[in-house]
Amino acid sequence: MNDWLSPVLFIVAATAGYRLISDVPSLLHTPLMSGMNALSGVTVSGALLATAFAINSSSEIVGATAIVLASINVVGGFLVTDRMLKMFK
Amino acid sequence: MIVTFYGLIDLVCVLGIVSGIKLMNSPKTARTGNLLGAACMLIAIITTMINNEIISLKILWISMILGAFLGCLLAVYVTMTQMPQMVALLNGFGGAASAIVAFVVLTGSIAAISGIARFTGAIALVIGSVTFGGSLVAVAKLDGRITPLPIILRGHFILTLLTLITTVILIPLVAITSSNTATIPSVLSILISLIFGILFAIRVGGADMPIAISLLNSLSGIAAATVGLATSNLLVVAVGAIVGSAGIVLTQIMCRAMNNSILDVLTGKTTLSTAAQMALSSVGQDSSPQTSRSTPTAENMSAALDEATAIISAAKKIIIVPGYGMALAQAQVQVKQLLAILEAKGKQVKFAIHPVAGRMPGHMNVLLAEVEVPYDKLYPMEAINPEFKEADVALVVGANDVVNPAARTAEGTPIYGMPVLNVDEADYIIICNKDTCPGYAGVNNPLYLPRKNTIVILGDATETLRTLLEKL
Repeated sequence: MNDWLSPVLFIVAATAGYRLISDVPSLLHTPLMSGMNALSGVTVSGALLATAFAINSSSEIVGATAIVLASINVVGGFLVTDRMLKMFK
Repeated sequence: MIVTFYGLIDLVCVLGIVSGIKLMNSPKTARTGNLLGAACMLIAIITTMINNEIISLKILWISMILGAFLGCLLAVYVTMTQMPQMVALLNGFGGAASAIVAFVVLTGSIAAISGIARFTGAIALVIGSVTFGGSLVAVAKLDGRITPLPIILRGHFILTLLTLITTVILIPLVAITSSNTATIPSVLSILISLIFGILFAIRVGGADMPIAISLLNSLSGIAAATVGLATSNLLVVAVGAIVGSAGIVLTQIMCRAMNNSILDVLTGKTTLSTAAQMALSSVGQDSSPQTSRSTPTAENMSAALDEATAIISAAKKIIIVPGYGMALAQAQVQVKQLLAILEAKGKQVKFAIHPVAGRMPGHMNVLLAEVEVPYDKLYPMEAINPEFKEADVALVVGANDVVNPAARTAEGTPIYGMPVLNVDEADYIIICNKDTCPGYAGVNNPLYLPRKNTIVILGDATETLRTLLEKL
């Protein structure tokens, strides 16, 4: 089922994202970008699975670095975005 | 049944993230939107772990906690001036993480995949590595660790093209190898992609950084989305695609604001070559701005300051135009003090923000918001441009290319056709810049030519404004 679902979802999400982001005022473009940084850390979900199901310890370690990097993005991205948005009162 | 249950949670999370982005369209609701996005992300991650029965694995928690800790440190200690570097760094981490996941999936995971999935995995490997390589260069440039000027190697174009072709050829090669033998072609693919990323980023100059960062932002999302495609992870596909198109929107806005195409930026057509610059200055420009004013002496600077003080004191409506120079000189604090004094004297003050002022989209807004300039005083270019006609004073703080009227007339130069702030329509122009050198684009600014209504105060913007504040 996922064979056709994922590409369709990709297109739908990209289109929806395009329209949504076009509405964000230039005032907030910097926090928008750091927020997107956080969201690109969603790859952590793939990293968790790849690491958990790695066939040997070297793959496991490589996978763990991906988890670290992606978690930096998620946590750092959301926090710094919050820090900025707090300033726009 | 259980699959659809978790699928449903994923769907709710995606919708939550989408609503979060929708809330970002106003500064009043943006913070809630960001929190909503973060909450949905947390739920999605936990759900993934429960669904796959991996929630008790220690290594996953250790890695996540380590990453979260480092992320906190970054987010707490970064200054607003460093925000472009921060975003570039996170673009790079996102790309690297996606490339690594693709690598593990391609070479050594039980969740081994076949066919089309291997193909998308190979693409994720390339896009992630390009993003990482390019972002590291962007960070180094923005942080001043390497020159912000375009670096052009001998045969740069050919090299770039060759690495690009090699990466494209390697994609199917990686895809058709089995997971036992994929290591070598995968590593090769990563290396060449990294080199390609570095090659394209080192020739992007400082003022084109807003475009480069937006593009890398987009690539980090696309890398994630392709990882999602390779691993049939719908949540990652959807969120990655949203990030990808967000970056594309910003890239388009930035390109339009600079009247460049993305190709011009990547091939380095946005600055004047030295030869072209020479030619331009020899064409009847005997009063070239650099020579028109003698080097600033304390005497004529103090005279200029007195003049500026008098003009500002008499003005009713003042438009302040900040540029990257303000960020460099850290003059935001003085700008805010100036705003307070001027408003106390009953003057109307507005800020004109060019879309590409600074080193990333929205850079000026964040810097000014940090010193508590109310955001309703910050006006984007389209909104403020008609108002320069009625303004008594346009006060330029560290901006050059974005106020250069030559953009309207100087055909054949990189800034020709670029929309600029119409400061020259104000009754008086006061310019607080470091020097009268051409801006990043290399095009002389006619505003520096001696004119009755223009006062140029050279020097560090912080110092200049401080003196101005004392005099007012």
